[in-house]
Amino acid sequence: MIYREAGQFKTSYASDQAIFPIAQDRWFVGLATLAAFVVPPLAASEYWLQAVLIPLLIYSLAAIGLNLLTGYAGQLSLGTGGFMAVGAYAAFKLTTAFPSLNIIAVFVLSGLVAAGVGLVFGIPSLRIKGFYLAVATLAAQFFLVWLFNKVPWFVNYASSGTITAPNRTVFGVIVTGPNATAPVRYVTALALVVVFALLAKNLVRGRVGRSWMAIRDRDIAAEIIGVRPLRTKLLAFGISSFYCGVAGAELVFLYFGSAETFAFDITLSFLVLFMVIIGGLGSILGSFLGAAFIVLVPILLTNAPQFLGLHLPVALQKQLELMVFGGLIIFFLIVEPRGLARLWQIAKEKLRLWPFPH
Amino acid sequence: MTELLYGIAVAPFKDMAGSPAFFAEVLIGGVFAGLMYSLVALGFVLIFKASGVFNFAQGAMVLFAALTLVGLIERGVPVALALVLTTAVMVALAWVIERVVLRPLVNQEHIILFMATIGLTFFLEGFGEMVWGANVKKLDIGIPDRSFIVAGVQINQLEMFAALTAAVLVAVLGVFFQRTRVGRALRAVADDHEAALSIGIPLKTIWLIVWSVAGIVAIVAGIMWGAKSGVQFSLSLVALKALPVLILGGFTSVPGAVVGGLIIGVGEKVGEVYWGPLVGGAIENWFAYVLALAFLLVRPQGLFGEKIIERV
Repeated sequence: MIYREAGQFKTSYASDQAIFPIAQDRWFVGLATLAAFVVPPLAASEYWLQAVLIPLLIYSLAAIGLNLLTGYAGQLSLGTGGFMAVGAYAAFKLTTAFPSLNIIAVFVLSGLVAAGVGLVFGIPSLRIKGFYLAVATLAAQFFLVWLFNKVPWFVNYASSGTITAPNRTVFGVIVTGPNATAPVRYVTALALVVVFALLAKNLVRGRVGRSWMAIRDRDIAAEIIGVRPLRTKLLAFGISSFYCGVAGAELVFLYFGSAETFAFDITLSFLVLFMVIIGGLGSILGSFLGAAFIVLVPILLTNAPQFLGLHLPVALQKQLELMVFGGLIIFFLIVEPRGLARLWQIAKEKLRLWPFPH
Repeated sequence: MTELLYGIAVAPFKDMAGSPAFFAEVLIGGVFAGLMYSLVALGFVLIFKASGVFNFAQGAMVLFAALTLVGLIERGVPVALALVLTTAVMVALAWVIERVVLRPLVNQEHIILFMATIGLTFFLEGFGEMVWGANVKKLDIGIPDRSFIVAGVQINQLEMFAALTAAVLVAVLGVFFQRTRVGRALRAVADDHEAALSIGIPLKTIWLIVWSVAGIVAIVAGIMWGAKSGVQFSLSLVALKALPVLILGGFTSVPGAVVGGLIIGVGEKVGEVYWGPLVGGAIENWFAYVLALAFLLVRPQGLFGEKIIERV
């Protein structure tokens, strides 16, 4: 009854092609974004910002990146962690070499560095497909992490082998480093993810996104109708790695504060892949939902026994967590293989007819 | 610059020629390591061949099998009985997987099934540790672990045993696939699910058999790896080691898994010993992948994989 587009006439191409053609959607998303900017910094506790919301935003950005590559362009990649590491180390090198450079510019530049690396590791995709490609991208994952571990230049010859986010300001407010407050870091991450999500949404609606989807659905047919596989696939790898690189830089600068290569190992790659698949392949919204699922479920599982009044040994709880997490993944895949985004879509379609479905 | 070129192109070969016994030892070490990888890779190939599922949980199955076996032996069950019981457990596991995971996901895209097996990995790791405990265990079922020296080359008895087991296993699987009725049905399913169904091959039974066989292969791999490095959580990570073996040999070829394993094992060891020091060592982690990648660029379907024919 509330959610109905009756009476909303599209009188121009612009309104017909809008991202949210229905007014209620526009209002909802606009208000939700506004609320995301205003409410948590004022209302949420330090724990919620630091342990839940900041990682959620950063992982969302990484998931969008992987979704562009795997969900839209159809190239399965397990190298996400490696590309994120490139972004993180590039940001560290850039900001220590040019301390006066704006940190946002550093993020973007490190994303570009990651994009360059992604292009190089995307080259095999021209010949290798499917799971063969997935395993081939593992080469990127292991090689890059090993490289950052072995070459001391990347950590500025620090004996600890860690990279640490220094204090950097934007408009006079400390954004990164040990003195940055959680709300400031949250707002920075949110602003970045909003801008990049909007960019990604427009990218996949346009010519580039359509050529990606053509390659994904049937690459030979796409080639015949004039989509150039070389350019399209490499572009997907480059842009996806850009997103992952920015996310990696944010992960260290806005979330961890300092990190070793261990933070970017294969587990991270799988985690981001989980987010993309649970959330929904080929959906920007799905990237957010998937990230929320993967960030929230372990926290929920950790706290659930306490709510239920059970006191389990730590080891047993850890094992139960693993089991439930694995079980939930299988459960969600069986219930809706196309992901949480699809469930959202179904709910919206139901809502359009509610409460008179006939 | 010349020094670097010398280090890459000349010095390693000089070292090899300089002490052939040591080189032989490195080679043999590589062969054994490769066979161990092959044992894990075999499980992947079996399942991929018959159901098109890229079973990431194979590593977790290896861990689970080893944990079950060790757990039973620790509780005083005789080794032979423990082996039988573990086999029964793995068959039961195969049945549960077929019922709960595979059947509802029939006809889904490959990547969805792949994800489901990763979920299975988490579940099995948690379940195995909950039942059998998380501490490192020693697996000892009476395989001697001594070394002896043949012509100046040190050979480990355990590794010999592993190599023989792998060879026997591959031979048995080969005969099973080529000569038996069930094996023929398996190959039919691998070729074309629908055609196999239409001539009356029961797909569900076939999947159950394949997952059971993969479970048994996992027991063997678990015994070997467990005897070598103890039964512990990291055992499930051998799956990652088996992946380059897989793409090198081809996802669909049993001999490919073995040959791929040998190439990766030898290449890795030789690379680590002779070229590793140039770049600071520990290249074992990624060297196998780069090696496999280089192979793939020449042959995208792996060494023995079926040629990929694409139609619009």
